[in-house]
Amino acid sequence: MITATNLSKRYGNNLALDQVSFTIQAGESVALWGANGAGKTTTLRCLLGLQGFDGDLSVNGLDVRRSSKAARAAIGYVPQETVFYDMTITETLHFYARLKKVSADRIPAALEQVQLTGHAAKRVSMLSGGMKQRLALAVALLADPPILVLDEPTANLDVKAQRDFIHAIQTLNQSGKTIVFSSHRLDEVVALASRVLVLTDGRLTLDCQPNELAHKLGLHRWLRIWVPAQHRDDSLRVLNEQGFVLMPNGHSVYVQVNLGAKIAPLRSLELARIPVEDFDFVDGDFVEGSHD
Amino acid sequence: MIDFANVRTITGKELRDGLRNRWFIVFTVAFAGLALALSSLMQPGGIRPALMSYSRTTASLINLVLLFVPLIGLTLGSANLSGDRETGALVYLLAQPVSRVEVLLGKYLGMAGALFATLTLGFGVAGVALALQGSINDAGGYLLTVLLAYLLALAMLSLGFLMSTLAQKTAAALGGALFLWLFLVFIGDLGIMGTAITMQLPIEAVFLIAVLNPLQMFKIASILTIQANLEVLGPAGLYATDQFGGLLLPLLLLGLVIWMVLPLLGAVVLFARQEKFTQKGSAR
Repeated sequence: MITATNLSKRYGNNLALDQVSFTIQAGESVALWGANGAGKTTTLRCLLGLQGFDGDLSVNGLDVRRSSKAARAAIGYVPQETVFYDMTITETLHFYARLKKVSADRIPAALEQVQLTGHAAKRVSMLSGGMKQRLALAVALLADPPILVLDEPTANLDVKAQRDFIHAIQTLNQSGKTIVFSSHRLDEVVALASRVLVLTDGRLTLDCQPNELAHKLGLHRWLRIWVPAQHRDDSLRVLNEQGFVLMPNGHSVYVQVNLGAKIAPLRSLELARIPVEDFDFVDGDFVEGSHD
Repeated sequence: MIDFANVRTITGKELRDGLRNRWFIVFTVAFAGLALALSSLMQPGGIRPALMSYSRTTASLINLVLLFVPLIGLTLGSANLSGDRETGALVYLLAQPVSRVEVLLGKYLGMAGALFATLTLGFGVAGVALALQGSINDAGGYLLTVLLAYLLALAMLSLGFLMSTLAQKTAAALGGALFLWLFLVFIGDLGIMGTAITMQLPIEAVFLIAVLNPLQMFKIASILTIQANLEVLGPAGLYATDQFGGLLLPLLLLGLVIWMVLPLLGAVVLFARQEKFTQKGSAR
């Protein structure tokens, strides 16, 4: 369905993609994982034929360099934050339907699919971020393309909108659509992807299953735990003995936790009969440590 | 291969956007208002014959066009692509099954349609006022002036689009457009006069340098529509009349067409190669 062979892209002196090769089969859901600047968006833009590249790239059997317009017709694209023109939802769908050579008869079904039927007359500028992303998904699905390309699609959504959007994409993948998306949210990758391609400084450094990602990349997060002042020293001793990486901070302590073992420090404290007043995850996504 | 259905779709959207754009509305109202005021003020109330008042009105409208049309065409053209690039709307549009040539042509034609609406309203209002006063003695000449104004508008729009492809930011594109407007309207004339005096250029050189400016092409062609010779332009005008005779007007029309086509082609070539697109919140 998608084949990249020695895909490279240079911006001036900066090598954004360096000899990246991968194949994505029909029906797969593949996440592009990497930090900002790793080359995720560049890869997606190459797939869309939005920029030149070295190497070979084919989408749905089409050479992207020679037939970029036809390749785009096989792709529904949802960017991180879609900027629509100042029109109503219906006008927007009519506009993009004409560009995609799709009958206007498809519009009610597309609206229904993303649950925007009741908002059809609203101007796009009045929509929330979540509704705009649903509209972008409706536009992407208008021509019923075999491939969906999503660039950090939930990055600007609240928790509920993220959950709804991920569920919608899961359903589409189950119906046979090939999904390619970029992300640096581990929960999203685990929920959506069947495979993960890890990009580091423009190079493909890992091709793995989503549940292997955290372990292979040594991803961790900081858990903040509050204990009563009289148990503070005991809690630090117990957590130290268990080998946790700690950062004491006033009445609380930051503990580094790994995916799948986030509850471990709380269990250790419970076994040591140290009461926990509260806990919380420090804002931010998983941080990449050293590779295994 | 250009898909003209896509061009038409984008043109329709741009035309609607253009006609709803508040700057367009301001320009249209100002242009129509000034055209109407000129056509009324130039009526002598019996002091001068109607024939003379018609020529004077047309001459005043030419000066109005020389100020307004380049300003509208350059600024709106320059803000178009760069504005969409800056908001991220452009990369989303280009991610659809459309080619860049279709996008650029669609946008250009849409803005051109909106510009035509502005000019038609302005000239229409003035024309109706003149007709009601019984002052139009040469409707053909008046319509030719309108046609020339359309051509000038297209040439300025092409230059605006070229600015829009060259500049990454709307502010830079607008700044460039305003500088170009100043240059074409004021600095160019002063420069030619200064150069001609200090370097004692021959009259044919002065004329050739002058007609490199599309505004001068419009002005000379428009004068030819209301009078048979260019005496009003002095020695350079007399030289042009003697040298080119009846070919002068077609040559000037051709010149305006070239000013319309070349910058637009430049914009198409540059836009087709462009790879830097802003997208809100995006990371490479």
